[in-house]
Order: sequence, then C-alpha cells, then structure tokens
Amino acid sequence: MNILVCVKRVPDIGARIDLTEDRQAITTKNLGFCISPHEECAVEEAIQLVEKHGGQATVLTLGPADAEEQLRDCLARGIDRGILIETDQPEWDSRETATALAEVIRSEADKEPFDLILFGNESADSTGCQVGIRVAHHLNLPCVASVKKLQIGDGDATASREVDTGWEVFSLPMPALITVKEGINLPRYPSLRGTMKAKKKPVDRLSADKIGASLKMQQLVHPPEQKKEVDMLGEGSAAASRIVEVFKALEVI
Amino acid sequence: MSQFPKQAKVVIIGAGIVGNCVAGHLAERGWKNMVLIDKGPLPNPGGSTGHASNFIFPVDNGKPLTQLTMDSKRQYGELGVERICGGIEVARTEASVADTKRRIASSKCWGIDSQLLDVDGCVELFPWLNRDKIKGGFYTPSVSVVDSLRAGTIMREKAQDMGALSVFANTEVLDVDVEDGKIKGVKTDRGDIEAEYVIICCGVWSPRIGEMAGVQIPLAPVVHQMIDAGPIPQLAHVKGEIGYPIIRDMSVKMYERQTSGTMEVGSYAHRSILIDPDDIPSNEQAKLSPTELPFTSEDFEPQLEDALELMPELLDNDKVEIQYAINGLISLTPDGEPLIGETPEVKNLWVAAAIWIKEGPGAARMLAEWMTDGAPELDPNHVDIARFYPYAGTKKFVWDRATEGFPKLYDIVHPHEQYLDSRNIRLSPFHSRTKELGAVYFETAGWERPQWYESNKTLLEEYADRLVERTNEWDSRWWSPIIDAENIALRERVAMTDLSAFTIFDIVGPGALDVVQKVAVSQMDNKVGKACYTLLLNHKGGIRSDLIIARTGKDSFRVITGGGHGSVDKKWFSDHLPEDGTVQLHDQTSALGTVGVWGPSARDLLESVTDDDISNEDFPYATVKKFRIKDIPVWALRMSYVGEYGWELYTNAEHGPKLWDILWEAGQKYRVVPVGIGVYGTNARLEKSFRLFGNELDTEYNPVEAGMALPRVKAQDFIGKEAYLKARDEDPTTLLCTLTVDDHTDSKGEKRYMVGNFPVLTEDGESIVDAKGRPAYVASCGYGAVVGKYILMAYLPPEYAKAGNKLKVEYFCEHFPVTVDIVGAAPLYDPKHERLKG
Amino acid sequence: MILGVIEYEQSTMTELSLQMVTFGRDLAEKSGDEFVGLIIGASDNAPLIGELGRYGVAKVITAAHENLKDYAPVAWANTISQVIDQTQAKMVMAPGSDQGNEVMAHLAARSDLPMATNCAAVSADDLSRITRLRWGSSLMEEAILTGDCKLITIAPFVVEAAEGASHAEPAEESFEPTLSDQDIQVRLIRKEPDETEGITLKNASVVVGGGRGVGSPEAYSVLEELAKLLGGAVGCSRVATNNGWRPHSDQVGLTGTRISPELYIACGISGAIQHLVGCKGAGKIMVINKDPEAAFFGKADYGVIGDLHEVLPAIIEELKAQGV
Repeated sequence: MNILVCVKRVPDIGARIDLTEDRQAITTKNLGFCISPHEECAVEEAIQLVEKHGGQATVLTLGPADAEEQLRDCLARGIDRGILIETDQPEWDSRETATALAEVIRSEADKEPFDLILFGNESADSTGCQVGIRVAHHLNLPCVASVKKLQIGDGDATASREVDTGWEVFSLPMPALITVKEGINLPRYPSLRGTMKAKKKPVDRLSADKIGASLKMQQLVHPPEQKKEVDMLGEGSAAASRIVEVFKALEVI
Repeated sequence: MSQFPKQAKVVIIGAGIVGNCVAGHLAERGWKNMVLIDKGPLPNPGGSTGHASNFIFPVDNGKPLTQLTMDSKRQYGELGVERICGGIEVARTEASVADTKRRIASSKCWGIDSQLLDVDGCVELFPWLNRDKIKGGFYTPSVSVVDSLRAGTIMREKAQDMGALSVFANTEVLDVDVEDGKIKGVKTDRGDIEAEYVIICCGVWSPRIGEMAGVQIPLAPVVHQMIDAGPIPQLAHVKGEIGYPIIRDMSVKMYERQTSGTMEVGSYAHRSILIDPDDIPSNEQAKLSPTELPFTSEDFEPQLEDALELMPELLDNDKVEIQYAINGLISLTPDGEPLIGETPEVKNLWVAAAIWIKEGPGAARMLAEWMTDGAPELDPNHVDIARFYPYAGTKKFVWDRATEGFPKLYDIVHPHEQYLDSRNIRLSPFHSRTKELGAVYFETAGWERPQWYESNKTLLEEYADRLVERTNEWDSRWWSPIIDAENIALRERVAMTDLSAFTIFDIVGPGALDVVQKVAVSQMDNKVGKACYTLLLNHKGGIRSDLIIARTGKDSFRVITGGGHGSVDKKWFSDHLPEDGTVQLHDQTSALGTVGVWGPSARDLLESVTDDDISNEDFPYATVKKFRIKDIPVWALRMSYVGEYGWELYTNAEHGPKLWDILWEAGQKYRVVPVGIGVYGTNARLEKSFRLFGNELDTEYNPVEAGMALPRVKAQDFIGKEAYLKARDEDPTTLLCTLTVDDHTDSKGEKRYMVGNFPVLTEDGESIVDAKGRPAYVASCGYGAVVGKYILMAYLPPEYAKAGNKLKVEYFCEHFPVTVDIVGAAPLYDPKHERLKG
Repeated sequence: MILGVIEYEQSTMTELSLQMVTFGRDLAEKSGDEFVGLIIGASDNAPLIGELGRYGVAKVITAAHENLKDYAPVAWANTISQVIDQTQAKMVMAPGSDQGNEVMAHLAARSDLPMATNCAAVSADDLSRITRLRWGSSLMEEAILTGDCKLITIAPFVVEAAEGASHAEPAEESFEPTLSDQDIQVRLIRKEPDETEGITLKNASVVVGGGRGVGSPEAYSVLEELAKLLGGAVGCSRVATNNGWRPHSDQVGLTGTRISPELYIACGISGAIQHLVGCKGAGKIMVINKDPEAAFFGKADYGVIGDLHEVLPAIIEELKAQGV
C-alpha cells in the first residue's frame, strides 16, 4: 500500500493560552509543538497498515520551515518520507490549505498513486473539521470522516464511526480518503532507533500559492469565565455522609 | 484553609526540596511563626525538584559539594526515602580512565568507599553495557535514589505538626519589602506579610525574587535534557523503582538511570541552553510544568547515538520508545557552587538557591544552623552567597559563565582550570606593564593576576640544574616550569609581584577598635603603625578567615585580605559595625594598587628610589608607614607571604604604572624579576608553610589544629573566644603538618607531581581518619624549588603527626611515599624567619 | 432565510440538533429572517416535524429520494446544495456533530464556499460576522465568513435547547433532489450497537471519572465499585488513557467521549480544558481532589478536598451502611 498522512504543526499548549498583543495568534514562547491528537492516530494507523500490508507511508504538511520537526517526529515513528509545503504566512484557512495540499498530492500521485490518504478529523488549534473532505473533493476520492475503526479489504475499505447508540459502518472503494479520530489506535512514541533512522529519511520541501482567505479571522478572544458557586462538602473521608446526602437529593440512588 | 497571615517571624519562599527542608530544620531548632509560600500547587509546585532524576552520586572532586551531598544522603536515609542502588561511572577513553582514578582519590579524600572496575566488573553489575565501548569504571556502592518530593513533604509536615509553620500554596510573591537595608516582609497575591526574616528558596526563579529586594542572586536557569525510554523487556522483572546501578557515561557526558521498566537517559553534552527567569512559563501556561520545557530533539540527537552505543541490547529496539522527553531546567552559578547565606545587600534576607537534589537537605541544615547559631557546622566558605562581587551579579556575566560552565558539569575539570570567557573584568593598575612582560593571567574574583611571566623563560636555562621536568600532561596542565624558576629568582634577587587583587577596607570611627577587637583573635590595641596578621573565628571557634589588620590611627584600621574571600570578609566586618553608624567601613580596593617588592635586594632597590628612611630599625617587620618613592606617595606594609625581606607597596591606582616603572627601572641594577601568583600563592608560601584560607584553613578546623594558636589569649572578648579557649585546653584530634614527597616515580616509571586534593594514607596504604571522622587529605601541594622538595600540607591525627613519620599519598590510584617534615607552623625554608624579619 | 439541517436518530431529533434549532430560530428572529428546518431522508417525517413545531419552527422542507434512504454524506450535501439553489438561503447551519460537520464540509467543498465549524455566535445584523470556538473551546475566534451562502455548524452546548415561546404548526414542503449513484458511493451500510452492554459512558446517569490522581490501573477498582453501587459507568482523563491505565473508550474529553450524565464525579482530575469540554453536558459535577487549588473546583457544583483513595472507600462504606 502507498499511504499518505497529512498533519499540521500546532503548539503544545498548557492549561492557559495567552494571546499575542494584536490578538492574531497565541503566544508560543516556551511552548513546544506537536501534531494534533487525531493526527497522531492517523500517523499510527498508516504505520500499522504498512506493517500489516507492506508498502510505504509518506507524511505531508503545510506550514513553516520549523514544521520539519513534526515531520521528523512522524518519520521517527515509522513513516518513510516527508513532504513540507513551506509557507511564511502564519495561518491558512481550511480552503486554502486543502487547495495547496491537493495540488501537491496530485503531482505526487502522478509518480506513484496513493491507495489511502489519512487525515486527523480536525486540528487541535483551528478545529475546522473540513480540510480532509475538501481534499477528497479536489481529488475526487471517496471519503469518510471521524473514523474510529478501519479495515482494509481487497480494493475497498470498511470504516466505522462512533455515534451515541453504537457504530455507523461505511463501505468505500479504494483509493480513498479517511479522517480519523483518537481511539482508533494507541499511537506509539518514537523509538530511540526510529529517531536515529529518521535523521536519514528524505524530506522534500515544496512551495504553494495562497489563494486568499475566505474565512477571515479578525481576532482571537478568551471566552468569558464561567464561575460556578461550588458547594464544598468537606474534607477527606469525613465528607462521605454529606456526599451521600447529595446523591439522594439528586436522586441518583 | 487557615487565614492568610499578616505577620510572621520567617517567610520562606519556595516549597521545593530546599524550602521544605529549611522549614523543617528551622522548626527543629525552635523557630516558630513561620510561613512557607509557593506560587505552585503542592506537593509539586513545578520547580526543578519536581522533575529531578533524584539520584545521588556522592563523589565530587570538591569538598564543599561532597560534604553537602553526604549530609543530604544521611538525611534522606533518616527520612526513609533513600534506596541504595550503587553507581558506575564508565570510562570510554584513556583520559576518562585516568580521571576515574583521580575520582577514586577524591572519594577517599572525603571518606567515600569506591572501587576501580575493569570491563568485566562493570558488566557484572550492569549486564547490558557494551563491552567494546568501555575501558573500565568507577563504582560507588553508596549511590542512591531518593524521593525528594516525599522528603520535602515530610520535612514540611513536621514543621506544621510542631505548630511552627503554616503553608500557602498557589501564592505568588509580587514584591519584597526592604527598609533601611533590612527586610520588612513580602507582598503576595493573597495579601502582605510583615516578616523579620525572609528566605528565598526559589530555585531557578530566585534571581527574580532577589531583584524585587534589590539583591543579586547570580544564577542562570539552564536546560538539562532527559528522556525516558521504555518499556524495556529486560527490565520488566524489576520490582520497585530501582534494581540496577546508575550508569554515568562520563566520556560523553550522559547518564542512564533505570526506573522500573524504563531507562532515563540524561545529557549534559548538548549546547548550553539558558532561559531567562522571566521567560519561564507559569504553571498554567506550561504544558508539563514550568521547569519541564519543550524538548528540543535536535540538541539530543548525538546523545541518542551515544546511548544506543553504550546499551544496544536494552535500547536499540523498535519497541523501546521515547515516552517522555523534556528540556528540564536547573540552576547554575558562575562558579558552579550553590548560593547559601544572608545576602550582603539586605539584612535578614537569606538565600538557599542553585542547590540540586543531592545537596538539598544538607544545604537546608546549613542555612538553619547559620541562622540559628551564627555559623553552620560545615564550612560555608565556598557556598556563601556573599562571595560574589557586584560585577558577578550582572546578567551578562552570570550567563556567560553558565554557558561556559554547563559543559564542565560532566567534564574532566582540572583543579587549576581557568574560565576563558568573561575575563578582563578587573584589571590591576599595573596590568599594562605586566602584560608587556608576558604575564600569563589566572583569574581570581574577576581580577587578572599574573600566574607567571613568559619573559622569565630565560631563567629556565639559568636554573636548569635546579628545576624538575614534569612529563605528565595532567600534572603540567595550567602550569609552567617558569613558576619554579621565578621561585628561585625571588630568593636570590628581588621580585615584583602584582598584588592588586587584595580586598582592602578601612574601619574608621570612634568605636573602630572595638569592632576589630571583636572579630580578630589577635590583640588589636596596638601602637598606630603596627600591622598584625590575625585569624578570624566564627561563633563555634572555627577559622573563618585570616587577614592583616593594620592600625592606621587611633580610631582607624586597615584590613587587607585576599580577593577570593574579600567579599565575605567585608560582609563579616559590616555585620559587626555598631548600628548607630559611628564606625564605618570604607572599601579602598579599587582606589589602590599593590605591588610586592621582596627578596635579598629589596631594600637596596627601594633605598635607591626613596629619600625616606626605610631601614629595619625605622621600618621594622609588621609595621606600616607612608613614604615616597620618587614623586609617588606610597603606603607600605612590611610583611611577606613569600618569606623574604620586603614590602607590600600600596599607591593610588592612578599612580600605579608610574610606580611600577620607577621600581622596574631601578630594579634592573638588581636583576629584578616579575614574579607571579604561582610563586606567591603556592611555591614560596609552601616553602614557608604559610596557610592558605580555603585550603588549609576553614571553619571546620580551629587555630590549635591549624598550629596557629597564639602564646597568649587576649583579655578582650572576641567572636569564638569561648570555643578557642576550650580547644586550647583539649588535645587536638588533628594537626596541620608539612610533608614532602620521597619518591615521585609511579609504577610505569613516570615521575608524578601531584595537583589538587588527594588522600594521605598510612605506610600500608590504609585510610587515615581523625577522631572527629575527618579523613586526611592533601589540602595544598607544590614544588619548593629552593628547598628542592615537593611540599604537601595536610591535617593528620596526632598519632601520625610526628616529624619523620613515613606515610603514603594516593594519586591516580598509585601510592607515593611521603615523610612528615613538620608538625605545626614552622617552615622548611628559613625556619627562624631571619630573611623575613631582617 | 436560514436553513437548519436536522440530525435525527430513529425519528427523534438529537440533542445537538435541538440546540442548533434553538440557536437558529433565535438568530432568525433577531435578524428578521425565516428559519426553515431541512429533514433529509427520514422514513417518518411527522414526529420530527412535530418536534420542530414545539421548537417554534414554522416551516420544514423534507427531502426524499431513493438515494437518501441510508445516510450518505455526499448525497446529503448535494441535496442541501439543491435546496439552497431553490430557496436562495442566506445561511445553512447544522449541529457541530461528526455528521453535521461532515455534511457541511462536503457541501462547502462541492460549492467551493468557506465553512465555519463550531460557531458560538452569529451577528444578527451581519450574518457574515461569526464567533467560533477553537482550541477545544478555550479560545474564540471572531471571523468574517465570506460567500453568498454562509455555511456554519453550531458548537455543542453553547446554547441550551429550548422550546419556542409559541408552538407552531410547521408548513411542510417536500423536495426531491436530483441524485446519482455517484452520490452514494460512500454510504452507511449498517449500524452496530455498542459491544458493551448495559450502562456505557454515553448513557450512564452517573459517571465516576478518575485521572492522574488515581495513580495506577489497579487503583480504578474503587471507582468501579462506586460506579456499580450508583448504577453508573467509569470514565477517565486523557492522562489515564495515555498512561495505558484505561482504554480510550473510557476517556471523557475533547478527543474522547462527551458525556451527559446527571452527575459526574471527577476524582483526582485537575480539570484541563481537554477534559472539561467532555463533561460540559453533565447535569451536576462533583470534584474530589486533594489539591484545594485544583482548577476543576471552579467548574464544579460540589467539591470535596481529599485523597480519592480515602474519600471513595468512605462513600462506599456509607452507601453500604445505608443499604444501597
């Protein structure tokens, strides 16, 4: 199988996010960077599929030059090669990103077609939930989003996603595009050996044109603090009787 | 939660290992009404304690850190949070093997059991070492892993249980109140607390809190990278946290520490990465904790390779993943030693910072004893925060030194090794002249001091038959045979030595005599013009300094002390000035330049340039006098640390070059030689058995042991008198001796000339320990070129301290025979001091 | 007009759909637009129309086609696209669920329009001015959404579902889109019930969650015991999943399960944003933590300061003593 995974470099945030003075971005001083949780699972899925079915996996990202760090991290986990579409603009909207990705994927696929393209369901930072689906349309590929179980058959794939009452199961022909959610697997960390190997794996650098934003961010703001009045029931085991009273009042027992 | 207090006796800022232990130790010593605050949550507020590797290798080449570490280990053991696992420092290179041998010697100096291992020995203890990569190792069985968070919690809760302490987490200090140079309290985001004492135990944040009080706390937060790799199948069976020795891979500056089924790999090999305290994220901003910064993998890559190489069986496995990786923050000071003590700038503001897990409880005990008794049990000289001069508090200096110092943390550091950056910060008025003469400068307290002069190379030929060749690279590193030649020339001709690094201050005012009388052991109520070499003692009778005090007037005294310790001495005198301001301390260090003119021709030289009477009768030994050298006014002191007739000539800094030129020109007739500190501080003073503070003298020894008890004890009271009187009545448990090396030849036939500290052993090669548990070690050593012997100074228990006694010293795992030449103060050279006194 | 794409499960509107309808209805009222519900492919439209009526929706379009029998994202998107063409809708909104986001993304892609997911507010004066949630709800982005027709999804739990002030008898308009087999290339082939029977995180009325403070996989047994006594389920934080203490299916949070029990008992969980997003739907939250400063207390209805390893056994004992 020839698999492509698309990821995004995002800041690895703590409990509090600080904004830059112009409110156009978050302060990343002393923050690390990573890929989004769902994307980690997409990377893991690609590696597991290659381990199972053979072939190779490529990781693609659009971002600043520093995003090579995230590509190397994916390579250390077991992806074979990386492609960086290098940008100097801080944020591309989903439509712009998808257009640029699709163009690169198309030309890469001309050399060797992809059997499967994986995305995370959404990025941790912009939470747009659409880049993968837009790329699928550009490339005219069948697509299922929010997948938490994936089985590759002979020329087709079965993808399931979780709903309140259970699972929705989709069938789709290959090649296909899937966006996955955390829970589809437990992603590995890079091994020491993998990290060493990753240094020698190829990373291509490309560029792309920005078509212009159509969802135009004005500014970022913090949501209003929602302070609740908390009823302190006591300390330690002494609080047990009051806790049980609360259970009764709420009719959970 | 209890009410936030408005007043406290003591506010301790920082609830890491240090702050918690300080609280516990102070409570044990009866302190009450203490408040401990931290801006983070408990039990892990997010400082460096929280991410520490928590292993303790007791051996350090330096005594101060080793002692703090040994004390901390003892305390961790008593708290029940220590697990002994042993540790091996493996050596990959011959240089590293050699250093291993040196560390064995260090360990014996400080009384720590250790063994040299061959490759088999290493592999036996840690089966997965790559035999092809190592040449041997240094095994310390007492290496342990501790639970520092638990230890801190126990100490804190102990203080709470005693009713001595209240604790407020998530409380940030906003400002520190100081009034008239004295601490008043702290402002926090929960309210203000008035306090009599404030103690800063804030680790990497300490400089920021210090700044609030206008106090310099010279440390830089630096990154130390570490990763956790696992799960490792071979370690799956290990029950509990640690089951194998910790490996230090010194040649590549790394360690590997097994934790349950994983290996922690830590590195000190990467570039120096410094973080501004203001840039450290808050607990809320940080992903992990404020001191666990994002891992920068590119910095770690070479180390990954090294780790894989050392333990391929364990680590070179696709299933062994990097589960955790951080750029952990630790504190580093300009000289690598901790910062403990009261700040010189603000009264009752104390600091215990730049302290690692291995030193935490020991440092806390030291601080608590110091605050309670006025002096700690262990010598605080090398860790005293007051040791730094103002220049050392600048961020540029601290950062440059930390940048240069970080790679040394796991490196082989020669005892005389010099910093290369941040030099030329303090230059003597004679600097341009000494530079012309090819001075090779060593740095002390920022001063550039000529260690020897390349222009004296010609002396090598002249004295060729009296010099010894050092073939060993280690023994001759940071050294030149010119030093030995200068030593001979000094005693045959006349020498000029730049001594401008002295710290000089005047004590002036109606009660000046009382002040000096109070701090000095010697009688200070002398005639005006009399100079006196005296010891200063701490409250427990230990030697806290030695210096010269000259009476310059009825109510004025001049204190002259070494630059290295001058800042601490200045604080000590300042601390004992009357509060009413009637006695003042005037620092003259920068106003004056000092040149020593000594040697058989010194008087002839000086008489040729002055019209004043400087005869032995008119200007006897141990006096001071003002006179003129041609058109330059000088203030002169008739004393000599090199044991020759002569003077220390002090002049206003602006006259410095001229004074030098006059002496130099006139000196040509007497074949004057410029002589460096190599002679002044080592060769010549060892020939005279003169003690050096910080080497032979520290607070752990008293004047009786040091052979420096005076014939009579002055009637006036002075600090440490009671203990001093007691020591005089008791039989000493150790005595400072001068020894010489009988044979320098090692087992390979090479002659070794020792440097650094190394143990003194019995003739059978057994360790020697005195009745108070202090091992015998060489505190100073150097070649006495005139006496033609390699001289060592060491404290020995009375049964060994006998002239003529044959002993051994251990150096790089080889034993060399030595003889005890002198017990007590007498010197090998000019025992009656005839040349000195004239 | 503003079009709301209704998401339903067995002829009942989903909770998120009700929230979206509430949001859209109120917005339309302020902006002076008509809010129209769009039901696609329902086998029985009547109950849904009735429900929309209670929520004050006056007009409903029901789209039916053979290719809409099973959910197929492209067919759904194509249908909406044709409805837009016909109705000239200014704005289309869907709930910010997996399905809602998916359908709208397909619609946006095929129409080459921008789309704003996870919206928390839309300006009634200017529908292009939207506020959307980012970073798992910890930040909001104010943005201008271009395009003739504004495509948005509504972030979960930004409004509480509320019936309309007056109930309406919605006018029903049926619509038959033109769809090809290409549109159902990807479609739902079957539904599978949860493998776990009985009480699950998603349907439990009480969830007992454990985080870093639990300390080990074994230590969850006390949480399990309490959950059993209360007829609830055990959940966990992302730390617990990443440490391998609990399966991902137990994870409450942004990247795990979003729960909506009557009572959520959070034990030894600090209250990271990632986790708070997942339990926003809980009726009441009780936090048990030994750190009195834990951020979670600020979001809780009830708080207990103490070590969960002491508090939970005490609760269990108390419950047993009272014969529960």
